[in-house]
Amino acid sequence: MSVLDPILHRLRSGCQTMPYPEGPPPPLPDRHGGALRVDGAKCAAGCSDCLPVCPTEAIRRPSPDGPVSLDLGRCVFCDACVQACPPKAITHSGEHRMAVRRREDLILGEPGREELRLAAALETKLRTLFGRSLRLRQVSAGGCNGCEADTNVLGTIGWDLGRFGIQFVASPRHADGLLITGPVTANMRLALEKTYAAVPDPKVVIAVGACAIAGGPFVGHPQVANGADAVVPVDLYIPGCPPHPLTILDGLLRLLGRLPARDAAI
Amino acid sequence: MSRPGPFRELSNGGGVSWTGLPECSGGTLVASTADELARGGRLCAWFGLPERAGVRLVAVVAHDAENLLLVGRSEPIQESYPALTPLQPQAHLFEREIREQHGIVPAGHPWLKPVRREPGSEPEPLRFFRVEGTEVHEVAVGPVHAGIIEPGHFRFQCAGEEVLHLEIALGYQHRGIEAALPGGPHRATMIQMETIAGDSTLAHATAHASVLETLGGEEAPLRAQWLRALALELERLANHTGDLGALSGDVAYLPTAAACGKLRGDFLNLTALLCGNRFGRGLVRPGGCLHDLEPERAARLGDELRRAVAGTLEAAGWLWESLSVRARFDGVGVVSSERAQELGLVGVAARASGIVRDVRYDHPAGWHRFAQVPVTMWPGGDVFSRARVRWLEVQRSAAFLQEQLAEPPDGPILAAPPAPSPDTLAVSLVEGWRGEVCHVAITGADGRFLGYKIVDPSFHNWTGLALAMRGQAISDFPLCNKSFNLSYCGFDL
Repeated sequence: MSVLDPILHRLRSGCQTMPYPEGPPPPLPDRHGGALRVDGAKCAAGCSDCLPVCPTEAIRRPSPDGPVSLDLGRCVFCDACVQACPPKAITHSGEHRMAVRRREDLILGEPGREELRLAAALETKLRTLFGRSLRLRQVSAGGCNGCEADTNVLGTIGWDLGRFGIQFVASPRHADGLLITGPVTANMRLALEKTYAAVPDPKVVIAVGACAIAGGPFVGHPQVANGADAVVPVDLYIPGCPPHPLTILDGLLRLLGRLPARDAAI
Repeated sequence: MSRPGPFRELSNGGGVSWTGLPECSGGTLVASTADELARGGRLCAWFGLPERAGVRLVAVVAHDAENLLLVGRSEPIQESYPALTPLQPQAHLFEREIREQHGIVPAGHPWLKPVRREPGSEPEPLRFFRVEGTEVHEVAVGPVHAGIIEPGHFRFQCAGEEVLHLEIALGYQHRGIEAALPGGPHRATMIQMETIAGDSTLAHATAHASVLETLGGEEAPLRAQWLRALALELERLANHTGDLGALSGDVAYLPTAAACGKLRGDFLNLTALLCGNRFGRGLVRPGGCLHDLEPERAARLGDELRRAVAGTLEAAGWLWESLSVRARFDGVGVVSSERAQELGLVGVAARASGIVRDVRYDHPAGWHRFAQVPVTMWPGGDVFSRARVRWLEVQRSAAFLQEQLAEPPDGPILAAPPAPSPDTLAVSLVEGWRGEVCHVAITGADGRFLGYKIVDPSFHNWTGLALAMRGQAISDFPLCNKSFNLSYCGFDL
């Protein structure tokens, strides 16, 4: 090796950061399928085939004759319901955009609520504060390292989160908010509460992944709190198990009002 | 197979009659297990199974060179048994766990501290081993660390810069996975297995699926076993590449760190090409796999793999010739081969201490019975060796994948396994990218789980990190930690 090799490699490679969001988003893997769409009106009478196959009990049938209701926050995107649904009431939308501001915006099924209701940007005052510079402290509170890894990847040269002024910092004292992963284990609860308290006001909280939104695969275990909002108020929910990095990036930019009009549409 | 003494023989992916296993006293099981370990055996699992009359101890010992596993069990124990740890230190965490989970005291264990601090359990003051002296100071780090990383607590005893002792206290990620399993498998069980440790999704999913296939008495179709072997190597490639990049980042050698950070994502995308999920979720199910690799997809996988591997070899190749990197890797964080044997280290950490230890070679199951990957080994036991083993494994995994993609077996990819047979103990070992993943299932008369034990490679290896830090400068901790890159959630369960 010559000492020049890494430099030549660098020159040869050019800029490796993706053109998104100015350019089009990178495609999701073809077997990913994106978000789910639940068209309750298509449910066959008396059919409950999707209920028993859901591993996290994200699908319910609120009234015996009514349509099913799917909670995309609890969903681990295992695809079992899509495969099990005879009238194709549950389908893939192919959509990578999934972040919402309110928990109820992730409940799908009723007429007019077939798809999730995407997040609006922060209020003007907070956007003025954070829009061009957001510092986040990440707390893994029982996360399996999946959501952590796909958040971490946003810092690599391909995604380059720094170009949006978003950065993960080492101390909550330096942070404008928290990005939480994991269902919040009993053993991490105190550490999470203390970290939250140490972030100066005003602050935002982002819950990433099925665990942080609703307990994910561990919902109902006595060792976990079934999601971050049981402990701290949450401003943005990003579903997935784990969410694709593109979904996380969309959520962060959406919150800051930094998406081009093409992608921002709610 | 029958043999004298408390043990019965089986091979990886095998099962034995649970009720047919001989019962011996706790003391006899401890003595026999210590004998087997002294003869060159290795403790894969040592755990308790609660019954009405008390808690049975269960031992799983591996004789790697003989491709042999031994299982044994004790009579139900009410209060206490003579600890195995004083005879064989590799049992130390297993016995702390037995005491914490079942209240049985391994008498003579020197450090019976809780392992995970089960919520609702008796609060015990967290005591740490302490070095006394006016020049000694203590450094506490965690649970919340700087960076996007899981929580854990590290307590250093230092004299100036030098670390005299490091104690690692985990449990923050404890989600109650094992406690939920008796009576199972439940409908959430498979996805819980996929999230034991997110970066080892495929290793744990494969171990769980093959335990259920053993219990059902029917193997997954060959093509599914082939797909699992491919996916496991993709998982290894992604993580080894990420680790090589992170190691360079920790010694401030940024060209490799930048390139490997991106390449790691490229490998994850290859797993997503196969099944839609970058971590391989939704691919492995009991009875086979849910997604196939049709010829066009296989060709695309092969092409993109070639590109990503070439990129990794170029970028990681700089490490070996950059003097600033060598100066920081060489001789740092040494675990001697003797120590590694004594502690029962597995995976990359064991192989970097000069030990030939790889489930794919020692205990081949599934597709590895037909296609072998050469074992990588490097003597030295330092950060350099652990990096070097990863570098060599990247090359061997890539060669294995290309070889396999060229000759796929035909056939179906899924055949639902029959219901688990009753009163059976089944063991599955899988060589995940960190090391040996061990799943042990025991069924009751109704064919449901009586007990289920999960041993992540991190469970064996965290103590290796603690020993690697002895006599080291505390500022080398991040580098040593990264060279092991152990799982917090895989340990905490």
